[in-house]
Amino acid sequence: MSSPTEAAASVPSPLPPAPSPPPPPGPVTGRSPGRLMRRRFRRDRTGVVSACVVVLFFAVGLLAPVISWLYGKDPYTLYGQEQPGLLDPFGFPAGPLGGVSGEHWFGLEPGLGRDVFMQLVYGIRTSLLIALAVTVATTLTAIAVGVTAGYLGGRTDYWLGRLMDFLLGFPSQLFFVAFMPVVVALFVDPREETPTWIRVTALVLVLWFLGWTGLGRLLRGQVLALREREFVEAAKVSGASPWRIVRKELLPNLVTPVLVQFTYMLPGVVTAQAGLSYLGVGLVEPTPDWGRMFATAGEVYENDPAYLFFPGTAMVVFVVCFNLLGDSLRDAFDPRTGR
Amino acid sequence: MEGDTTARADLGAAGRGAGRGEPLLRVEGLAKHFPVMAGFPVRRRVGAVRAVDGVDLTVHAGEVFGLVGESGCGKSTTGRMIARLTEPTAGTITYRGLDITRLGRRRLRPVRSEIQMVFQDPYSSLNPRQTVGTIVGGPMEVNGIDPPGGRGRRVRELLETVGLSPDHVNRFPHEFSGGQRQRIGIARALALNPRLIVADEPVSALDVSVQAQVVNLLREVQRDLGVAFVFIAHDLAVVRHFSQRVAVMYLGRIVEVGDRDSVYSRPRHPYTHALLSAVPEPVARDGAGPGPDGEGGGGSVRERIRLAGDVPSPADPPSGCRFRTRCWKARERCAAETPPLVRLEGDAEGHLTACHFPEEPTTAARGGDVVLDPAPTTEPHPGTSP
Repeated sequence: MSSPTEAAASVPSPLPPAPSPPPPPGPVTGRSPGRLMRRRFRRDRTGVVSACVVVLFFAVGLLAPVISWLYGKDPYTLYGQEQPGLLDPFGFPAGPLGGVSGEHWFGLEPGLGRDVFMQLVYGIRTSLLIALAVTVATTLTAIAVGVTAGYLGGRTDYWLGRLMDFLLGFPSQLFFVAFMPVVVALFVDPREETPTWIRVTALVLVLWFLGWTGLGRLLRGQVLALREREFVEAAKVSGASPWRIVRKELLPNLVTPVLVQFTYMLPGVVTAQAGLSYLGVGLVEPTPDWGRMFATAGEVYENDPAYLFFPGTAMVVFVVCFNLLGDSLRDAFDPRTGR
Repeated sequence: MEGDTTARADLGAAGRGAGRGEPLLRVEGLAKHFPVMAGFPVRRRVGAVRAVDGVDLTVHAGEVFGLVGESGCGKSTTGRMIARLTEPTAGTITYRGLDITRLGRRRLRPVRSEIQMVFQDPYSSLNPRQTVGTIVGGPMEVNGIDPPGGRGRRVRELLETVGLSPDHVNRFPHEFSGGQRQRIGIARALALNPRLIVADEPVSALDVSVQAQVVNLLREVQRDLGVAFVFIAHDLAVVRHFSQRVAVMYLGRIVEVGDRDSVYSRPRHPYTHALLSAVPEPVARDGAGPGPDGEGGGGSVRERIRLAGDVPSPADPPSGCRFRTRCWKARERCAAETPPLVRLEGDAEGHLTACHFPEEPTTAARGGDVVLDPAPTTEPHPGTSP
């Protein structure tokens, strides 16, 4: 049997053998983990698109005053009542699709006649702000409690576990409704007017209080499983402190569940907070709020269905994109994903 | 206390049986009892699993000390206690004259860097989120060691030592095969220039073809760097290949310990006999009966011993000699008295056996096979006929 080289040599070639390409200069060095992660993420088109949409939502929330200035309207002015002709005699916006026009892009609110676009932009601002605060606080608490319980084990684990069971046993929606006024009353005398920031704080506190338990339990279980792995023991043998083991050995392995839960939790908090506003225990008028727009839309949907359309679509797009982003980030963070 | 250089030179020169003066590691009466909790609503201690129950051993500098025994006999627990991963219930561990049994993490630190561990499962012993460079360099970071030329260079050197390409530093563990992963684990153990490595079944999770490579690597490490090993395995052939001294464990106790050749060719404890007879022989039997030199030792036909039943539960071990429930020589005395681990008459120095009625020091076939297993022997064997 002739090898390929022999076969090639037997054929007379008019050309001199082509010089082999020079080896790449320098030693071959691998890419750093961070760069690999970014590379994997950029190859995931769904992830990149979702990330753009999510960033857009946050940008809208952050830049709401700028948008308001460019757009020339604000969320508080009652345009429909100031300018005759925008609302019909029954208080519903005149014109197609809830009064969509070049002047009011998303139409007008029935009754009061405020600008829907501005309401939505400022509503996204408050909702995302609250949701972000709640989710970050919740995740940090869950990591602290879950890792402590899982790593220390024994009595600590037992009591933290019972605490989590206890809080998980609460009916959360009822708790939110019942405790919002209580928490608000802790800060302000009920006879005085409640400042908005106190309502926001109360909302964050109430949602945080019951929110962290699920993730806390999940992380406890993960740490329990990781703690028995031999790489943790190898770190112990090298003399690593518990803090270092948690930081360098455990937390990097918890990135995936934390990230996935974070991206499920944030839209969840947005909707939960919207639900509270819908029930009337969240933010009150005149603070613009995404959730309360649904409450208003629910009252008027028979006569003005278009009012539900814009906040609803925005919410669906946001939730879907955020979840997709979570999936893509998880894949990108996992070095085993072969992309 | 002897200096670094003298200790290392010592072992390089003498090889087997080197540095028989002050041992590197001395373990005395080491025990680990895992509590068994039960009861409702208040859980209380109802008993203890005596995983390790009074183990004495010494390891000299540069020596490979093999620890064999079947699953659950406590050999891994012993290794973990030596590496201070498991807290002993009783006993003392003395490392170079320093009692490290109860030292806290901070005070243990200087010793930690000298006693390292290689783990059994190469898939769970490397953090999947860290690069090889981080894994191997981690111990240096923990102990604040800055080798000349930087940690990065040292990591590359270590990878080369264990037979991996230095360019692999930025790869992740999942990109490697089991054998390569075990090499990474060995590189990590070597990062701190240890004097003693506890290798807990380092090859039993690997393919047979790769096992030999890894054992040879460990051997090179031991020879070139003078590292002493506590080598835990259940594979007698691997232990024989690598160890200078061997201890046989049964149910939390050492039943026989001695130089490799002494234990393998002149075993005295019935359990050691049984274990050795279970090792498959590469030589095909030629059908010859017990040869004329059958009693004298060195015959090609070995004895055949088959044990009955299971190892008794370490939660409730037998009284006296722990092997007596499966031993063909057991008498009343075995139940009443625990046999001490002593040097028997006619044995080499350092060869200790814990048995009241030791066997003859040979592995050659005896008059009849010892078959305690009630299962019928299907194939009649030339050795069986009287």
